[in-house]
Amino acid sequence: MSPPSFALLANGTRIPWAEVPEWPAPELVERTGAELERGARLCAWFGVPEGGATRLVALIAFDADNTLAVGRSAPFAGAYPSLTLAHPQAHLFEREVWEQHGLRPDGHPWLKPVRRGAGNAPAVGEFFRVGGGEIHEVAVGPVHAGIIEPGHFRFQCAGEEVLHLEIALGYQHRGVENALVGGPRRATLSQIEAVAGDTTVGHATAYAWVAEALAGAEVPLRSQWLRAVALELERLANHTGDLGALANDVAFLPTASACGRIRGDFLNLTALICGNRFGRGLVRPGGCRVDLEPARLDRLASQLAGALSEAELAIGWLWDAASVRSRFEDAGTLHAKQATDLGMVGPAARACGIVRDARFDHPAGWHRLAQAPVAVWPGGDVLARARVRWLEVQRSGRFLREQLEAAVGGEVRSELAPAAPDALAVALVEGWRGEVCHVALTDAEGRFRSYKIVDPSFHNWIGLALALRGEAISNFPICNKSFNLSYCGFDL
Amino acid sequence: MFAVDTFTHRLKRGCETMAYPKGPPPALPDRHGGALRADGAKCPDGCAECLPVCPTEAVTRGPVGGVSLDLGRCLFCAACVEACPHEAITQTGDHRMAVRRREDLVLGRPGQEEVRLAGALDEKLRKLFGRSLRLRQVSAGGDGAAEADLNVLGTIGWDLGRFGIQFVASPRHADGLVVTGPVSRSMELALRKTWDAMPEPKIVIAVGTCAISGGPFIGNPEVMSGVESVLPVDLHIPGWPPHPLTILDGLLRVLGRLDEGPRARAGGRP
Repeated sequence: MSPPSFALLANGTRIPWAEVPEWPAPELVERTGAELERGARLCAWFGVPEGGATRLVALIAFDADNTLAVGRSAPFAGAYPSLTLAHPQAHLFEREVWEQHGLRPDGHPWLKPVRRGAGNAPAVGEFFRVGGGEIHEVAVGPVHAGIIEPGHFRFQCAGEEVLHLEIALGYQHRGVENALVGGPRRATLSQIEAVAGDTTVGHATAYAWVAEALAGAEVPLRSQWLRAVALELERLANHTGDLGALANDVAFLPTASACGRIRGDFLNLTALICGNRFGRGLVRPGGCRVDLEPARLDRLASQLAGALSEAELAIGWLWDAASVRSRFEDAGTLHAKQATDLGMVGPAARACGIVRDARFDHPAGWHRLAQAPVAVWPGGDVLARARVRWLEVQRSGRFLREQLEAAVGGEVRSELAPAAPDALAVALVEGWRGEVCHVALTDAEGRFRSYKIVDPSFHNWIGLALALRGEAISNFPICNKSFNLSYCGFDL
Repeated sequence: MFAVDTFTHRLKRGCETMAYPKGPPPALPDRHGGALRADGAKCPDGCAECLPVCPTEAVTRGPVGGVSLDLGRCLFCAACVEACPHEAITQTGDHRMAVRRREDLVLGRPGQEEVRLAGALDEKLRKLFGRSLRLRQVSAGGDGAAEADLNVLGTIGWDLGRFGIQFVASPRHADGLVVTGPVSRSMELALRKTWDAMPEPKIVIAVGTCAISGGPFIGNPEVMSGVESVLPVDLHIPGWPPHPLTILDGLLRVLGRLDEGPRARAGGRP
């Protein structure tokens, strides 16, 4: 008899692999579809090799219930009915599983490579083409005009108007997930810190939570507090930088030049804590490598106050300037229905009016004890994404000021027990771009049998593509900047 | 009223560009540690405390002699510094670590305890590029951190433009190629094409440990082992990622625009 339903677990916990319910693949698809129908969200969908076959694993989130659920299929090879047809949020996951394990989702409307290499370039596959004498195609990348990571954008245009945009990535693929199998090894944590350089703290925290869940440890509270501080500093730096970059793209230089500098101030605050501007070497399984002693904390608090008031002033100019508002309004609009169907996360989803934030929905670590209000703005356009970023700058700032005044005492390091064998552990961290999801499965020795990383960009790139539909191609830069998604986080 | 605000703000703040290199360089964060120093002579026979803690096997020890530390593989995590009971590996707090030759990053032997800093380009190239260097940046598997700190050099605090150094959009306009990332195999073609599109004479600058050696991804079949496996490199700037000051120092150093003693300690540890 088949098990009645998915196994439930909370963020930052583990479950024995044997307790994850197992169904035939078509039934897993059906059951997952039914939960998504009821409003659940697909966090991860991946394959685990077993014998000569592969098991599918579904990790879904019931955001309103603050609960995660996991289920798996029996090992199989060949084809299974596609979940994407009814639930577009599965589209990229199914392509990925097909690429990595050869399981074919029958009926998938756009089955092509995700990031696999083919010699000295990615195996991109054919692009969607719009026909007609008036249609032209614009190809951009992989190498772009600025100091930015590589990716390829293929626009189908009628005059200035973009009818369709397809985004082809994979250029940054470094084989992170493959390298983690059999780990952890000496280089593992560094590789995690480099999954996406601007989300170092987010990914390192997710990895630490997974490792700690596998060890069954509650690490010192002070280290959890310090991680939460670093996570918000990361958010502040990136949001401020992106708001400056948005200002630059509409030629509004006062905010652009001020924010460029203030972003550096926030990065320097992270460096004040751990020496590295991106937070490398701070988060470690078991705690944090360094502490924030009282004198350092005082310096941090006073420099933070200065940077925040500078940011408040410089970002405020954006909303005062009618020229900026008119460029941001109604540009790159994504509707709430689209964002929900696509399973979008982070500020891009919240800018469609969706209340979705892992710190609030699935609190773990320090966020069980302290939270900032979720920042939401309706509209779904560039203005909304900019406003959400701005709200988050303010709220992260307030959160940090409160936290720095109420530091918890104690140690920041602890030794972890060996990882549990044959267990599955899950961590969701709300990084500045959205939900960073790590899922680890251990073997009989407690080493990684499989390690799945879902960067928020994995959910959100398709949102950028849809936001461009019907838009003038000249609006691509501000639309792109308003999302500012990660290439390497996607490519892994 | 942003119009009035922005003007008064500008007047109040004045010039925000740092005085360096005319004035002293800004201090590195105290926990940064700067370039490392390795003195193999301090290693007692049989000691191997530092070897297992290095994430990238940047620290090695052969059958004879003390430790050898390769800053081109180093992630600057300082685990070896903490592990060493004999102070054979120490932090210098010095931001300067750019070199012309890869082997100049290998530390440890007598006389080679510290980085052998880069000298300037030869006279002909210096004449061409010394006051006007146009750079094209390519991220080849870079994680975005080194790229971010390259971007920082364009902000008002650093103002790279004052040295005549500028990042350009087209390889056709570029004198130099700045590469970040370990060079993912999927970027090899694009990297070569960019290089081929640049007119001679041209130079290559590898920014960050990933670009120098592959960094934490050394050995992954999906990546090459740094830029040198594809193109000849003229300047190596280590760091994970390098601090903007380290990058700026490297650029000015190779253009012969820093006048200082051979290894006068700048900044020092606070």
